[in-house]
Amino acid sequence: MAGPGTSGGGGGGGWRPLLVPLLMPTWLTIGIFLVLPVALMAVYSFLTKEFRGGVIWDFTLAAYDQFFVDRGLFGDEPPAIEWTYIAIFWRSIWQAGLATLFCLLVGFPTAWFIATRPASQRGVWLFLITIPYWVNLLIRTVSLKFLIRDNGPLNEGLMALGVLDAPVTLVNTNLAVQLGLFYSYLPFMVLPIYAAVERYNFALSEAAADLYASRWVTLREIVIPVVKPGIVAGCILVFVPSLGAFLAPDLLGGAKTFMIGSLIEEQFKGSLGNWPFGAAASMILMTLVLCALMVYARSASQAAGQGAAR
Amino acid sequence: MSRGVRHYPGFGWMTVLCLVILYAPLIVVTVYSFNGSTSITTWGGFSLRWYVDVFTGPEAPRFKAAAWNSLTIALIAATVATAIATAAAVAMHRAGGFRGRSLTFALINLPLMVPEIVVAVATLIFFTMVGITTGYMTILIAHITFCIPFAYLPIAARLQGIDEGYEQAARDLYAGRGQAFFLVLLPLMLPGVISGYLLAFIISLDDFIITNFVKGAGMETLPTAIFGSVKQGIKPNIMAISTLMLAVSAVFVTLSYLVNRVGRKSP
Repeated sequence: MAGPGTSGGGGGGGWRPLLVPLLMPTWLTIGIFLVLPVALMAVYSFLTKEFRGGVIWDFTLAAYDQFFVDRGLFGDEPPAIEWTYIAIFWRSIWQAGLATLFCLLVGFPTAWFIATRPASQRGVWLFLITIPYWVNLLIRTVSLKFLIRDNGPLNEGLMALGVLDAPVTLVNTNLAVQLGLFYSYLPFMVLPIYAAVERYNFALSEAAADLYASRWVTLREIVIPVVKPGIVAGCILVFVPSLGAFLAPDLLGGAKTFMIGSLIEEQFKGSLGNWPFGAAASMILMTLVLCALMVYARSASQAAGQGAAR
Repeated sequence: MSRGVRHYPGFGWMTVLCLVILYAPLIVVTVYSFNGSTSITTWGGFSLRWYVDVFTGPEAPRFKAAAWNSLTIALIAATVATAIATAAAVAMHRAGGFRGRSLTFALINLPLMVPEIVVAVATLIFFTMVGITTGYMTILIAHITFCIPFAYLPIAARLQGIDEGYEQAARDLYAGRGQAFFLVLLPLMLPGVISGYLLAFIISLDDFIITNFVKGAGMETLPTAIFGSVKQGIKPNIMAISTLMLAVSAVFVTLSYLVNRVGRKSP
């Protein structure tokens, strides 16, 4: 194994002189086509909007002002807090948070179950979890919509079984969007937790059992703290894409379930768009994601610290 | 006793629930794609008519053009991204420590950390500002960029597991750098490279949000064409296309699984 320690020596392949040429394509591609665009987007968020989707190079805080401050229809009222967009962000945050929680509730037992199968069976179970991850997200979302629509197979089936008397409307509700997010990102929760549980030393559980801890106490006091990095990684992998999700809210939701992704998308489509405002909303979304990633980095370094202490 | 601490009542049922949730929509759509009825609600017997419709129906030329764009973009993007990622992986894991190593690592992973919709907005703004007309080229550039980390991760994971002694032995026996790479290191890395390539390919084929922003007018890939159709309601031919794409994904994931299994058996 060539860990960070052994690769520090320069290696025997003689790649050292080629360091810069080997990395140059990566630096250039991601630098020019991602870092630079994000920087330009930051600049754009401070520009003045022009009609038909363009911008005028006059620096202004108008986009952020429109986001946070309500000055009335004609802009002449005393400034108050503008709740429209904050409400959309707030809805996105709790929808993403709830999806993360549900994914954890289903994903953790699944990951545990797979990791405790005999080694020869684990590959097949993982394979079953991975297939949906490889299937086009648009197709998965459309399939879910087909399943849960008013006269879709789910309602028809439940009515045939006598569980329901009349179809339940799911499409265009927050519940449908929630289901969509949960369904979209569930595999993202299972895989990192599985990786953590697979490395878990079951002797710890046995020691706890020997000391008369019940299963669930062992789970809470021993297992969860030890596999926490995997749990946090899974939560980040579900929360971050859910927050900016576009397909689930757009296809399964309606006007009342509007989320950040649709708000941003709308600003860049057609003549009603407002590019600086869309850029500002994107900046705010990115700030939220950075906060979530910092929580992750902190918990990862804490876990590393605990590992070193042990 | 050891089975005892591994066993939690109900966890097996949660796994079943998880699989049912993941597969139910896909199975339902696959079944209904063979529905002979024009209505998506009623079952009209088994039929392949919607598959025929996909290839010869009124929307066929549009889907064919979109499928061609999707395939060629995925092929080129995955190839370029895999080449870039392989070079980067060799530099990151074989050239020793260097200043900016962790920064480079963060840069490689950046496309995974920035939300897709933000990447889409930023890329659109960039192309507009630089004055590149949106179309095939802009989609391709965007896809190459976000495919790099997906190609990089399996390649780097594989490379870390290969002993440096192999290249060292080749170099000691007077193999040039190129020979040491192409004759020794690359064959050993191959399972990782193939996994990375397949992952990049499928990620490119999958992308909707970024493509939708940078495609420009009149340009379609399969996901954007399907999205356009779905906006007017789910029609049976969409279910046939979905099932075909499902099959493609299943083939790819199976390939990747087999490559990894073979890879694990060799050194």
